[in-house]
Amino acid sequence: MAVELEGVQCRLRPFSCELGLLSRPDGSAAFLQGDTSVLAGLYGPAEAKVSKELPDRAALEVLLRPKVGLPGVLERSREQLLRQTCEAVILGVLHPRTAISLVLQVLSDAGSLLSCCLNAACMALLDAGLPLATLFCGVTCALQPDGTILLDPTARQEQEARAILTFAIASSERKVLMASTKGSCSVEEMQQCLAAAQRAATTIFQFYRDSVRRRYSKC
Amino acid sequence: MKLSRGRFSLDSRKRFSEQSVFGHWYGILTAVLSPEGTRPRAGTRRVRAGHARRAPMTRALSPRPIIRALPPHGAAMKATPLSNCERRFLLRAIQEKKRLDGRQCYDYRNIRVSFGADRGCCIVELGRTRVLAQVSCELVPPKPSRPTEGVLFFNLELSPMAAPGLEPGRQSELLVSLNRLLERCLRDSKCIDTESLCVVAGEKVWQIRLDMHLLNHDGNITDAASIAGIVALCHFRRPDVSVQGEEVTVYTPEERDPVPLSIHHMPICVSFAFFHQGTYLLVDPTEPEERVMDGLLVIAMNKHHEICTIQSSGVLMLLQDQILRCSKITAVKVAEITELIQKALENDQKARKEGGKFGFAESIPNQRITAFKMESAAVDTNDVEEQAGEIIAKADPPSEVFANPVLHTPGTAQIGEGIENSWGDLEESEKEEAAEEEGESEAAAFECEKVETEDTSTLRETKRGEPIVLSDSEEEEVVILEPRELPRKTRTQISSKQENPSKKGFNKRRRKKRTSR
Repeated sequence: MAVELEGVQCRLRPFSCELGLLSRPDGSAAFLQGDTSVLAGLYGPAEAKVSKELPDRAALEVLLRPKVGLPGVLERSREQLLRQTCEAVILGVLHPRTAISLVLQVLSDAGSLLSCCLNAACMALLDAGLPLATLFCGVTCALQPDGTILLDPTARQEQEARAILTFAIASSERKVLMASTKGSCSVEEMQQCLAAAQRAATTIFQFYRDSVRRRYSKC
Repeated sequence: MKLSRGRFSLDSRKRFSEQSVFGHWYGILTAVLSPEGTRPRAGTRRVRAGHARRAPMTRALSPRPIIRALPPHGAAMKATPLSNCERRFLLRAIQEKKRLDGRQCYDYRNIRVSFGADRGCCIVELGRTRVLAQVSCELVPPKPSRPTEGVLFFNLELSPMAAPGLEPGRQSELLVSLNRLLERCLRDSKCIDTESLCVVAGEKVWQIRLDMHLLNHDGNITDAASIAGIVALCHFRRPDVSVQGEEVTVYTPEERDPVPLSIHHMPICVSFAFFHQGTYLLVDPTEPEERVMDGLLVIAMNKHHEICTIQSSGVLMLLQDQILRCSKITAVKVAEITELIQKALENDQKARKEGGKFGFAESIPNQRITAFKMESAAVDTNDVEEQAGEIIAKADPPSEVFANPVLHTPGTAQIGEGIENSWGDLEESEKEEAAEEEGESEAAAFECEKVETEDTSTLRETKRGEPIVLSDSEEEEVVILEPRELPRKTRTQISSKQENPSKKGFNKRRRKKRTSR
């Protein structure tokens, strides 16, 4: 199915990021995409409880807390996705028998929450100075009923969309670390969304670079 | 709730948990209720009442009772203990009227209030302690004992990111006491008018839910949480309702502007930490100071100088004039804090009304070097179609997928393969079982053919993509989709030979699957 993509439709919302804003965690980052914001706090590598330690690498744990109510199944599934993405990227073998604890708090949800969580997680890992094989970013694409692709959709656009696809893209060669889809789309559409997400990832990685460069500009 | 010394048994874990939770309360009770007898003797040095009760009584008991079960999903971090030299240093400094951050004894840290884009969402920073608060509302039936009053629900959570060693889901004493104090401060002081939350008496009232999350723990969670709570409640707007006889209409924000909650006054908690047996007093303790303090006095007051809640915990022997002095300090502090809150609320209201930008993104100061903002960026997606087409062309062609989900009744689905039917020779149920089993296996199979079977109902051509509905109803046609022809295996349970083709293929494939694992 042919998808019409106009340059004007694919816009990312204004991004903001604040690094190191919490004093207790080893690394912390607040990532804002438009009105969606997520706060990530990271502890580690630190001493793990004996029941949770792994003999050859660091044990990573991800906790995602919603703003209202208790965490449910949706949060658990997102935690799994985040954990698998982070485990692929963190060089855990450099810190065996330690624990790395990543806690994410949703500050506001106005669409593209999972990709905002991924971005906040990566910035927190950067802020904590953990050894990473590659950076990663999250991009959400919404497939509208008429076939157009929207990047970084708002809550309303997500509701009206036929399918919502979230990808975690690595910074080296723009490989895909994680893909999560909600709704139905054809194979061609998914590949087109993926290609668009890889383009958007370039912008996001440039944003990472600029914010970290600014952070360390006066050291 | 009074725990007397003699009655203390080892057998029930529940007692231990009560002990740990209410040991803290015991300190409170002794300070308030009993003037003599159970007060700790002068000269004994104990940090917390809970420990005090445990020390003399645990001689005959195991040294460290394990109270808490391991949480199924919890952080794997341990809390860092405070070293002895840090403790001595802090206490010595306090004796010399010095604080680690250079404040005076009665000084508060900087308070900063920022609002989110949603109504009722705010973050309060008291120094480095950070609390997020969110208010939400819902229409619920009222409590039977109070049919004309709304329901208030308060919840404070210590997020695992706030400090190492805070595990999710574990109700520690600190959490319970904080929650209880905040509830007393906000609910029992009647600062919110619950009668105005009633929509239909006895049937529908508003439930106002306040969720607070501690994001960073640097001491004095009580004050920060109370400020965050009252600010969020003042900031919140609930949907407008109108009642005409029996009909209740709830308007969306687009139809009618949401209305604020009716709040009579703003109770704010002020914490006082006492050191060296009540000799030295510090307002707004930080986290290291909290660890070395003897006891804590919390006074909740509003700007009209009315005390809403007063609580003393820990090992404290306070004189009357000490408490009076603390309440005078509280009055001054509450006036300052209330003014700050009002100003913040006004600024936010102005920004929203004038159409300016509001939300957390705007509250990040631009000059901060740790913060970076980027405007809305366009992404070039011109060649995306070609790129996607290339990838698909290079990839292996997909196997034929027949996207026919098999449903058992309209609007249902089933996951997984069914178990083999071991019930015996019930012909009708076997037919249906055969249909069901075939259907389930089809959900996992990629290729299928339509095969005519004699004793089942007539076949019909199904369109690709149409769900196949299998139901018990005999009126509807049942379609059996046979998997590819596989070598047969007989089943001893089935008597009729005609049923074998459909079942055997299924069984063989299931056997194959089993062995391949």
